[in-house]
Amino acid sequence: MIVVIDYNVGNVRSVCNAFVHIGCDVKLSRAIRDIESACGLVLPGVAAFGYAVNALGDLAKPIKDAASSGKPLLGICVGHQLLFDRSTEYGTHFGLGLVGGDVVPIPAGRVIPHMGWNLVNLPADIDLFAGLPAQKHFYFAHSFYADVTDSKAKIAYTDYGFNLPAAVQKQNIYGTQFHPEKSGKAGLKLLKNFAEICKGENR
Amino acid sequence: MLTKRIIPCLDVKDNRVVKGVKFLNLRDAGDPVELGARYSDEGADELVFLDITATIRFRKTIVELVEKVAEKVFIPFTVGGGVQTVEQIDELLRSGAEKVSVNTAAVENPDLLTEAAQRFGNQCVVLAIDARRSKDRKGHWQVCVKAGSQATDIDVVEWAAKGEKLGAGEILLTSMDADGTKTGYDNELNKAVTDAVDIPVIASGGAGTLDHLYDAIVVGGADAVLMASITHFENYTIRQMKQYLADRGIPVNL
Repeated sequence: MIVVIDYNVGNVRSVCNAFVHIGCDVKLSRAIRDIESACGLVLPGVAAFGYAVNALGDLAKPIKDAASSGKPLLGICVGHQLLFDRSTEYGTHFGLGLVGGDVVPIPAGRVIPHMGWNLVNLPADIDLFAGLPAQKHFYFAHSFYADVTDSKAKIAYTDYGFNLPAAVQKQNIYGTQFHPEKSGKAGLKLLKNFAEICKGENR
Repeated sequence: MLTKRIIPCLDVKDNRVVKGVKFLNLRDAGDPVELGARYSDEGADELVFLDITATIRFRKTIVELVEKVAEKVFIPFTVGGGVQTVEQIDELLRSGAEKVSVNTAAVENPDLLTEAAQRFGNQCVVLAIDARRSKDRKGHWQVCVKAGSQATDIDVVEWAAKGEKLGAGEILLTSMDADGTKTGYDNELNKAVTDAVDIPVIASGGAGTLDHLYDAIVVGGADAVLMASITHFENYTIRQMKQYLADRGIPVNL
């Protein structure tokens, strides 16, 4: 069972709906027991970073423990940003520190938020993108992004006047700045891939 | 590069999609969930649902609609209509909406934009502006509230710029003069607003031909184009719109 972490931020239902739509066993929960027994975790999020960190509260530790134990973890949007060390959105806030890097504002000189469909280059060595073409449009909606500095992380980029890290993988830890649950068929395929990865871990 | 977005708008009244002309003479256009799912399948980039029954008071029925839509639609959608509080925004986002639009409530209580942005991030906060050409001041537009029924003294361009500063992440700009007329967007209005803000602007009101969409993007500077009449009554498919724009060098997600 995939557990979508319910920590009182927006967008959680859409993620669950998408997993249900592709036929996955999914549960929305904030119970530590569920986090421990899940085959994979999804950390969704539509929120400001500081609000999300506070809302996560005591759940941070069991999530970090699960990720350290090798359990697949997928962060989406602010959930993706929470994987990193810290953010400067409305003050400085510390994230989970699972992937090295800081969450910083998209540089001025372009339309912000970065909102809409952008073409992401999908590296073949990130298994989350299995079966997808080398480039695909995904839906973004954000004003901050994770500047990945972790040498162990594989990165998928999109072009927004600079190379913007759109997705990241560090071993069992995955993050997408875009919203797969809102990216039509390509997004559903990505979630299906994550579900397959979770099944593999379950064996 | 970000693609330009094609956004069908579903005005919902008593659980039916309706479309009028200049906000009046409403005509039935189908079931909101079915129509939304169809547009999603056809390749729409986003959807907007506006509960036009609820201009003053937020209604629970919109939450139920959002829940049903979110089960079938896997592209982003914005919802609006009578939203007055951060708690209502929270409820709609939790129900599956990607963004929530506020209109009258933001005019009456501009702090709502800031509170919402600080809690949910500004990418969730859409400032919807219903604009009417001013009869007294040429080249100016008045902000109208309560589903366009009340004109204010607020200047649209100034309000858009202020809204951005307060926390709006996007502007849904509807020309009341052009709405439903199918005679083209008000690109003078679109240009004035897109020049005044850095956040994305969705042009709304007046789409009748494929050329109108192109003009709103190229002349009006819009990041997205919204339409209702020409999709609901099947003048053009989403694919036709995107192909037309792509053939003219506009980046779209085909």
